[in-house]
Amino acid sequence: MDRPIRVLVAKPGLDGHDRGAKVIARALRDAGMEVIYTGLRQTPEQIVQAAIQEDVDVVAMSILSGAHNHLFPKVVNLLREEGVDDVLIIGGGVIPDEDIPKLKEAGIEEIFTPGTSTKEVVEFIKNNLKR
Amino acid sequence: MDLGERLLNGDRRACARLITMLENNDNEAIDILRDLYKYSGNAYVIGVTGAPGSGKSTLTDKIVKEFRKKGKKIGILAIDPTSPFTGGAILGDRIRMNDLTLDKNVFIRSMGTRGALGGMSRATWGAVKVLDIFGMDYIFIETVGVGQSEIDIVKIADTVLMVMVPNLGDDIQAIKAGIMEIADVFAINKSDLEGADRTKLEIEMNLDLSEDKEYRPPVVKVSARQNKGIDDLIDKLMEHRRYLEDTGKIIERRKKNIKLEIMKLIEEELMSLIMDKAFRENLIEDLANDVIAKETDPYTAKERLIDLIKE
Repeated sequence: MDRPIRVLVAKPGLDGHDRGAKVIARALRDAGMEVIYTGLRQTPEQIVQAAIQEDVDVVAMSILSGAHNHLFPKVVNLLREEGVDDVLIIGGGVIPDEDIPKLKEAGIEEIFTPGTSTKEVVEFIKNNLKR
Repeated sequence: MDLGERLLNGDRRACARLITMLENNDNEAIDILRDLYKYSGNAYVIGVTGAPGSGKSTLTDKIVKEFRKKGKKIGILAIDPTSPFTGGAILGDRIRMNDLTLDKNVFIRSMGTRGALGGMSRATWGAVKVLDIFGMDYIFIETVGVGQSEIDIVKIADTVLMVMVPNLGDDIQAIKAGIMEIADVFAINKSDLEGADRTKLEIEMNLDLSEDKEYRPPVVKVSARQNKGIDDLIDKLMEHRRYLEDTGKIIERRKKNIKLEIMKLIEEELMSLIMDKAFRENLIEDLANDVIAKETDPYTAKERLIDLIKE
């Protein structure tokens, strides 16, 4: 069935910079996706509830504050607790290379670091949807 | 347990999934609504409409917080425009309602218009039923930012709240046809700004000329961001509800809207039948070529497509 992909773009944590998240949101929009943008300073609980109510295919999170090791896996775990297992979870932001394997192990399927083209993100989403 | 039962049992994921299915034209969702329709009709629907940036989301957030203090369960459908070029959308109304996200008695859903032009999406009608059956006491529908003629909200809401802001045009705007005619309650938001009194006066003068002497839409000055005037506004919304219920006009209004909904469903079905025929075997392409070549005209081309349906 031809239907738009729904993506939640969220900024967990306390950093107040959402330029990157907005650029991604806009790129996904232009790729024909429905982007639900929740704004700054979201708790993992808020992200999970929004993902459930919006029934999204993808949760895309951006963090620049360094709290990714804590917040990204927390979102994955809360989603699992709610029984949500058909959502693709990706992350982006200023994330050191050495942290990436651990995050992937925790269930973040891909991490996009500075310099990633928006096209790469779009392609990754299209190729890795879970439903 | 199937989706319908899960919805009746208050499962939020079932509620969300059913709305998705309706948005995607999934007939299974329609069948579920057919079965559960008898459980609908308990929710009161408030439409919130107004120009882009007038503060519909922020105002809805403030109103809903007051309703929550009274223990009411609330559904919110927030509609934003879909790109006619890519089909994509930025749905950003939740940003103003983040405090409500964790409240288990509030369900917020963002929807893209997906080609609909009346300020709502085609699936809004179904989504209201889902939230109603889910057990919501009130359902707020926030339209896209509207201009002068997107009035579909009146075809679904029990009460229409029109959100205005000061200084958007002169008194001629207030007497124009269309959007100004559908309000049951006017809110002048951002009324801390200069010009709010003048805007109120212009709307009041326009209302003075109305033929309807039985109910006059009140005009309330508010500031959503400063949380001012919200109680007064809620009183006015409730007064309209009481007016409809006491006079029995609520039945009249809902019946009128059900007729419109049935007609709309027929229209959609006929349209999809025609489109199906037109695009299958490239018929529309051939007809367009014939019209360009002056071998036929658009009127005759239409008849040929219609004749196919009749067969």
